[in-house]
Amino acid sequence: MNIASNKELQEQATAETVVVRLAGDSGDGIQVIGSQLGLASAMAENDLGTFPEYPSEVRAPVGTTYGVSAYQVHFGGRPIKTIGDEADMLVALNPAALKTNLDTLKKGGVILIDVGSFTQRNIEKAGYESSPLEDGSLNNYHLLDPDISKMTLEAVADTGLNRKASMRCKNFWALGLVYWLYGRDRSPTVEWLNRKFAANPDVAGANVAALNAGHAYGETMEATATNVARMDQPPGTYSFVTGYEALAWGLAAAAELSDRQLVFASYPITPASPLLHTLAKLSDIGVRTFQAEDEIAAICAAIGVSFAGGIGVTSSSGPGIALKQEAMSLAVSAELPLVIVNTQRAGPSTGMPTKTEQSDLNQALYGRHGESPLVVLAAGTPAECFDLAIEATRIALTYMTPVILLSDGFVANSSSPWTLPNMDSLKKIEVKNHTDTENFNPYHRDPDTLARSWAVPGTPGCEHRIGGIEKDYATGHISYEPDNHQKMTDVRAARIDGIAKSIPPLKPDQGEAEGEMAVVGWGSTYGPISRAISNLRARGLSVSHIHLTHIRPFAPNQNELLKGFRQILVPEMNSGQLVNLLKAEGCPHAEKLSKMTGRPFQVKEIEEAVMSRLEATDE
Amino acid sequence: MNEQVNTAQLTPADFTTDQEVRWCPGCGDYAILKAVRTVLAEVGARRENTVFVSGIGCSSRFPYYIDTYGFHTIHGRAPAVATGMLLANPDLDVWIITGDGDGLSIGGNHLLHILRRNLNCQILLFNNETYGLTKGQYSPTSHQATRSPSSPGGSVDSPVDPAGFALGCGARFVARGVDTQIKQLTEVLKAAYHHKGASFVEIYQNCIVFNEDVFEDFTAKSNIADHQIQLESGAPLLFGKDKSRGIAFDPSSLGLKTVDASSGEADILMHDPANYNLASALARFANPDNPVATGVLYDNPAPVYTGHPVSTGKRSLEDVLRGGFSWQVGKNE
Ligand SMILES: Cc1ncc(C[n+]2csc(CCOP(=O)(O)OP(=O)(O)O)c2C)c(N)n1
Ligand code: SF4
Repeated sequence: MNIASNKELQEQATAETVVVRLAGDSGDGIQVIGSQLGLASAMAENDLGTFPEYPSEVRAPVGTTYGVSAYQVHFGGRPIKTIGDEADMLVALNPAALKTNLDTLKKGGVILIDVGSFTQRNIEKAGYESSPLEDGSLNNYHLLDPDISKMTLEAVADTGLNRKASMRCKNFWALGLVYWLYGRDRSPTVEWLNRKFAANPDVAGANVAALNAGHAYGETMEATATNVARMDQPPGTYSFVTGYEALAWGLAAAAELSDRQLVFASYPITPASPLLHTLAKLSDIGVRTFQAEDEIAAICAAIGVSFAGGIGVTSSSGPGIALKQEAMSLAVSAELPLVIVNTQRAGPSTGMPTKTEQSDLNQALYGRHGESPLVVLAAGTPAECFDLAIEATRIALTYMTPVILLSDGFVANSSSPWTLPNMDSLKKIEVKNHTDTENFNPYHRDPDTLARSWAVPGTPGCEHRIGGIEKDYATGHISYEPDNHQKMTDVRAARIDGIAKSIPPLKPDQGEAEGEMAVVGWGSTYGPISRAISNLRARGLSVSHIHLTHIRPFAPNQNELLKGFRQILVPEMNSGQLVNLLKAEGCPHAEKLSKMTGRPFQVKEIEEAVMSRLEATDE
Repeated sequence: MNEQVNTAQLTPADFTTDQEVRWCPGCGDYAILKAVRTVLAEVGARRENTVFVSGIGCSSRFPYYIDTYGFHTIHGRAPAVATGMLLANPDLDVWIITGDGDGLSIGGNHLLHILRRNLNCQILLFNNETYGLTKGQYSPTSHQATRSPSSPGGSVDSPVDPAGFALGCGARFVARGVDTQIKQLTEVLKAAYHHKGASFVEIYQNCIVFNEDVFEDFTAKSNIADHQIQLESGAPLLFGKDKSRGIAFDPSSLGLKTVDASSGEADILMHDPANYNLASALARFANPDNPVATGVLYDNPAPVYTGHPVSTGKRSLEDVLRGGFSWQVGKNE
């Protein structure tokens, strides 16, 4: 056998990437095993992307389709940018999970079910007319159907847990089998279980026993294990983070870099709450959190924080951001620093709170009264969440302006490996309080940034009164003078426009800086666009990917860059909000690709859209 | 407390800004402004350490006229803005100025929460039973059947009593003053200043344009004696000409009643500001059957809110970042 064919054989047995989707009842612990599979994969030198999908009911009745919770993990030996269009394997711990998730599995994929849960009653509850195990509807798949319930009970029999508690270990039995099938190492999970249930060694032991039993089952059944390629990752210290963790840590880093008190004021709302929860755990590094009585109070408190010299940060999702709009205009008028995080969800109104969308861009750009320009940034990956939290704070403090940082349910909750930043290498945010009493005027502006002077209570000699009422350009006192209002309107706009000078020039994320087509995106469409473009480029197509993080103002060279492409395609999880902005701001040939289903774009949807346009121009 | 560099005693004039006061001539707000400036001077307040925060309304223009730090915010939200200031810097001396519409209509929620949290601040609610700035509509404190542009046939809403509301919210200091009774008002404001925690002061304020003399029945010079009981800590609850009437416990209603005190036989109660039940019953007193209680109704300090405790030094941000599962890729393991 020569070396080449040997290599070929090896490649056949090795999957470059694998997508596993875990689904079960909300009480089955799907999220826990999902994140463990992610962690085990990260530690197996895979890159990966994960995404949890929760039901919106807090405790839906067991066994119903609306009580199904799912978690998708995409891992492998090349950079992973998405959670994967289709699953290679579906773990469905009950009939309802099978019913609601089968459409995500590719034909020929592997299904692992717990046959013990396929009782007549559960089958009916899931809305099946006949058992899918018997009616041939799974013929196109590879079915693994052990009685996980029974085998879990056997595996944990001598741990002293009662039946109910024992049954809760089912998820780890299934995970053990998945680990066998993809060659994952159990030790990080065992370590995690022992740490998590340190106070409850019985529970830890039972889960470990279930994990081992599932793994052993795979081994004894001689189920074919798939070898998954490993990645050559750049050296560094890695962690496995969600978008909201990275965002929280970025805010804490910004406070450290600017040496100011961070006060985060928020009111719970899905999917924004995890940011509050994460920051609340950082009180021991000096982060203050405030759970306000409502969103209006939250933003007003944040404004009060900034008035007093701290960094006021508030966060919410669409409906709560709507409530904050009046106060945002106050912050614009009072010219105070403020960071407003919007973790977008599907709307309108209460919409689909657990589903993702990018439909609050217009709200961020225009959702205030009067002309109240502010800065809009958008994060598309956990790493970007960290960087942009610092960037938002830098801009807010340097330019005395509110900044809206857009995230969404997808980027906030998905997780990926992340190279830990080195705090020493991050640039300090140098903004001083104004203390000079000579000719003090709160609306005196720095000629470079156009930011007004920030004198904070406690500073003798700089006492001043501000508010939402229009101020005199020269003295800062109340003024209703017509020409003055014009001048103040102009300077507020010029201050925001001028921020462009401090934004690094925009470059394509992939591809040339000019050519036939650029696919332009922002926020959490980053992953699918990026993967689609690298696939298309691998096929020799000349397409570039341009990813925007700064949406108001744009990077200074943005128009020039976009003009270098004959076609511009903008995939968005809304009906074309960025496209309209691009058109209005000098890029008339931008074309939209809209999707509003509550689910992220699939790579192939973007590939097809690009291909059809490129082919059309060939004719 | 912030370090105070200059300790020279300031005068009321030192708290006066160069801004022209824009209230209607004769408005009760002027007298309150004067009283506040006097109190600031008397208690030795420092300009740089003092912040006046207001919502929107005639009364909320107040910060522009006091030479300290000031923030004229948005309708009803001053308590929330003040909360943020105090979370960032608990050493500030924060005064919230609000109206009956501002504080109890649009801002009722925030007023409730700042009181029950007990932030260290003074809240002055100027009650004129009308919306002054928006030209005289009835407000949440307007008595029923108030005729106004928005209630030409008389208002139908039943009014809220600000002091009773504050007590119900868990306020630990509740007082009432009157714009024309300056001596009592300054005493009340001083007591509010010295109380640690949220101090709530309702001030009856005459809007001469839209609701002139609405409080005349108990604030007119000739009516004070018979229709107001001016509370004093430790003193018997007496009022009327020659202190001939008093307040006693009424076992049948488990409440208070007005009795004849001249015979000396009735069991007249002493005012104890730490007694919540007494304060609540006094707050409910209203003309014509009972006198309106003014002065400090309730003063019973409780721990001041400073938010969830924060500490630094135990962990660093680096520890947080590396605290989860992290692993090393590359040579320098
Ligand atoms: C969000 C919002 N709603 C309404 C108004 C209009 N507004 C301004 S002041 C006011 C009522 C003020 O009444 P009150 O608090 O009693 O103060 P006064 O003017 O009587 O001192 C109203 C309704 C506003 N400025 N903002
Ligand atoms: S309208 Fe009434 S409350 Fe407003 S300034 Fe005039 S008198 Fe005072």
